[in-house]
Amino acid sequence: MTGWRHQTLGRNIDRSKPLRFSFDGQDVDGFAGDTLASALIASGQRILGRSFKYHRPRGLWGMGAEEPNAVLDVRHGSEHWPNTRATLARAQDGMTVTSVNAWPTARGDMFRLMDLAHRFLPAGFYYKTFMALPWRFYEPMIRRMAGLGRVDPSCAPRADVAQVSAECDVLVIGAGPAGIAAAKAAAETGKRVWLVEESSQLGGTLRWRGGEIGGTPWQEFAAATREIVLAAGGRILTETTLWGAFDHGSFAAWERGVPERHWRIRSTRTILASGGIERPVWFANNDLPGVMSAEAAFHHLILYGAAPGRRVLLAMASDRGVPVARALTDAGVEVTLVDARKTPVDCGVPRVTGRIEAAHGRRGVDSATVNGKRIACDTILCAGGTTPTLHIWCQAGGKLDWDASRDMLVPRPGTAPMTVVGAAAGVLDLETAVEDGWAAGSEIEATNRPAPKSPPDHVFRPDPSLPGRQWIDLQNDVTLKDVTLAAREGFSSVEHLKRYTTLGMATDQGRTSNFAGLTAMAAVTDRTIPATGTTTYRPPFQPVPLRAIAGPARGALYHAPKRLTLEDMHRAAGARFREYGGWLRPATYGAGDETTVARIEAQTARQSVGVFDASPLGKLDVIGPGAADLLDFTGYVRMSTLKPGRARYGFMLSETGIVYDDGVVLRLAEDHFLVSTSSSHVEGVRYRLEDARQDRIGRGRVFIHDITQGFTTLTVTGPKAREMCRKAGIELPDLPHMGVGQTSFEGSPMRVARISFTGDLSYELSVPANLAHALHDRLDTALPEVGGCWIGLEAVLILRAEKGFILIGKDTDGATMPHDLGWGGPRTRREDEYIGKRSLFTPEAQGDKRRQLVGLRVRDGDAVIATGSHLIEDQGARRSLGFVTSSCFSPTLKRPIALALLENGRDRIGGSVQVFNDGEVRSAEVTMACAFDPKGEYLDG
Amino acid sequence: MQHFPCPFCGLRNETEFHFAVEAGHSRPEPAERVSDAEWAAYLYANKSPKGESREVWLHLSCGEYFILSRDTVTRAVLGSVTLPGVTR
Repeated sequence: MTGWRHQTLGRNIDRSKPLRFSFDGQDVDGFAGDTLASALIASGQRILGRSFKYHRPRGLWGMGAEEPNAVLDVRHGSEHWPNTRATLARAQDGMTVTSVNAWPTARGDMFRLMDLAHRFLPAGFYYKTFMALPWRFYEPMIRRMAGLGRVDPSCAPRADVAQVSAECDVLVIGAGPAGIAAAKAAAETGKRVWLVEESSQLGGTLRWRGGEIGGTPWQEFAAATREIVLAAGGRILTETTLWGAFDHGSFAAWERGVPERHWRIRSTRTILASGGIERPVWFANNDLPGVMSAEAAFHHLILYGAAPGRRVLLAMASDRGVPVARALTDAGVEVTLVDARKTPVDCGVPRVTGRIEAAHGRRGVDSATVNGKRIACDTILCAGGTTPTLHIWCQAGGKLDWDASRDMLVPRPGTAPMTVVGAAAGVLDLETAVEDGWAAGSEIEATNRPAPKSPPDHVFRPDPSLPGRQWIDLQNDVTLKDVTLAAREGFSSVEHLKRYTTLGMATDQGRTSNFAGLTAMAAVTDRTIPATGTTTYRPPFQPVPLRAIAGPARGALYHAPKRLTLEDMHRAAGARFREYGGWLRPATYGAGDETTVARIEAQTARQSVGVFDASPLGKLDVIGPGAADLLDFTGYVRMSTLKPGRARYGFMLSETGIVYDDGVVLRLAEDHFLVSTSSSHVEGVRYRLEDARQDRIGRGRVFIHDITQGFTTLTVTGPKAREMCRKAGIELPDLPHMGVGQTSFEGSPMRVARISFTGDLSYELSVPANLAHALHDRLDTALPEVGGCWIGLEAVLILRAEKGFILIGKDTDGATMPHDLGWGGPRTRREDEYIGKRSLFTPEAQGDKRRQLVGLRVRDGDAVIATGSHLIEDQGARRSLGFVTSSCFSPTLKRPIALALLENGRDRIGGSVQVFNDGEVRSAEVTMACAFDPKGEYLDG
Repeated sequence: MQHFPCPFCGLRNETEFHFAVEAGHSRPEPAERVSDAEWAAYLYANKSPKGESREVWLHLSCGEYFILSRDTVTRAVLGSVTLPGVTR
């Protein structure tokens, strides 16, 4: 218990509104405005988690997304956030907060003994140790021990994060001094400025460091910025994570407030003012609770009145630590500066020249070794220098340069389409940062300043000569020794180092560790820092819940199926719906086992009549003097020879000769065709027709219009189809098979086509969608009079399989050409050009081992063949000759039927093959694809 | 997300577009006089330049094909024009 709450400090908290939440079962008191981190420090909680690998106690380090240790599991009401960084979550009354990777609590973690075994758990431990026996033997155990938070599957977050697209003239990322200066300057030129800030307030480090911007107190400047940005039509997003930079000035941002929103922002110009993150200082046991970032301690003290301890050592090598020490001293903390510089400046705070060599303590710091002497303390603050935050810069393709004079990697100008200002550009001086921000915002050249030439007096680095374990990556438990080991074992590239030791992974993405890992690797391998390189930065900048990115697009809305106009009527009739080719369609009607119901429906359709909703079949109007030319070129079967009032079945090929789609083309008039496509291929066929229209036939000669959703088509099929239509009061025109005509329905024209997908007499009745319900009612009333019923897609699929009618993509694959399906005619006869023609004459296409469509008839019993079974020779070595594409039990033929693609299939008709599935072999006779009524005697009813 | 200019509709998000084909390949015809090698080259041989490229893209929203010039390395869009011979 070392942390405490200051009586008066704490600008962000409202002491009139106390709140209470639980942490690992203990009550923690805080105030409105607290983050979990500030409330936990102020209440004296020190151990906030256990480390990933060795289960060492860990406390708070930072103040934002860089926090490696305080990763918590938070529940509040029905909501659950695993892996919440304590620094980023607002404390709320009644929250239940638990530590992760510890059991039962972080303080009394049962796995803490893991640390004693650290000698046996070096980098690459898993790779080295678990190679001998099968991984699956260890995996369940290791999985249980590994990882941080656990997702609770019973807690389904709401799918209500709005997805909003927006545009702006200038996007300013980060509202620190440089950011607000840039935003104000840009807004003053009349630009629409969007200012995005991770925390809840503008001001950045000024919020705790204080200061003036251009002679004005920073609060006034921030307020003026807000006012002018809003007045110019811009927007200020606080508590918003700008998590990704993408192509052409697009950015993704997650606004965590109420309402929660996910933004896709496109900006004309981007100014990156994302600031920097304080580096640690390296000494033995630098991971103990109580070792903390100095800047973070400053931040927590001023904004929340939360002080980390009473006796503080502050390790530093620049003057940036001085205001921290002063503020803590003023708050009543006993501070000793440990200044690594040879010639430090006197600042009125007790000071030791030298460095911290080790921290001591079991569950937290209780003393430190400084220059070989033990000094009692409860907190060690580290001001190890600043690393510019350049994730967004690098995501946008920006490169980094090593600047030895500033001891940091800085953006290389011109390598990414954005301007970087402030600490992100390596400028730590307030005045210069503001000046640069202002210049970037108003699009003027920044005044040239001489860059500091001499390198800093002292820079902190991990030191291999110190005894004890120095922690490089707190979140992944990587020590300096692990880095050395990785280098010795050949993993000396930073990308390999990362994968081998996991340095820089997980929620903090190495914000406090990458630099140390990089410099340590450079030192061990005797390379310069630029030669060692950096790892790749990828979105997201910090963890973003998938819920925020997905928004409402999940479940039924993930890929919303198309709906039938008559869905309500089908539902009322007891239909069970399923998705077929992107459409939600009735599978069967009524209760009972689906397979049985489908067979009964199919049988009824064969015996009397069945009606099904065929509306999803694509309907493309192709109109104009060039229509016939267009269809001749794009289709495999000629359509120019089709007479008006007739329909013809055909294929559409790819240029590779592979069957892309099949369907019937209706010629309604000399210059008017209706192309009916597979329900899932409407758009694809339309674009292929458009391609030929725009590139070959001519835009002025033909038009293509997708009218699929404007019409409802109900198909009446069965021997009593004609009688049934008559009873429904539909006057059928006199049509031959494959004839198209028109009749009148409720005063509107109704198209009638005699096209059969079942082999029985069929009438496709198409009306404009507004007459769909009327047509449905008429047919529904007449159905019982002829003993018919509505049939679902499952029954239709049985009926078509009996006839050997194919479904593209099911009964064909990526190698099927039309002559494989028995449609060799146009290939040998057509002399004009059409898509895919040349490919039908390659050696491959003319080969004698092509897989051809056939039927199968099993010889052993009534069990249905498994779809996908391989076909093999009766004798000899087992080799796949093809496979079963469709299979079902035919209620009409009272036996199982199947379609298959079989090598040389047509020559094998009458012969036999074996059907191999999952080790089981059955014998089957090869037949024609058409099993029912091969002569077509039922087509006329 | 990239921003592509449809010559008919203006700037739109890349999700509205489909790549169609590399520009500049003319279809060898008639089939009877095209060798297997020529045909295979037409189907599969692309230049896939590193840098400036000319490609045919389809704007799904309006159904128009057009030629897009862009840099495949920097992703800079250099311009877009309608297909040759377009009459409106």
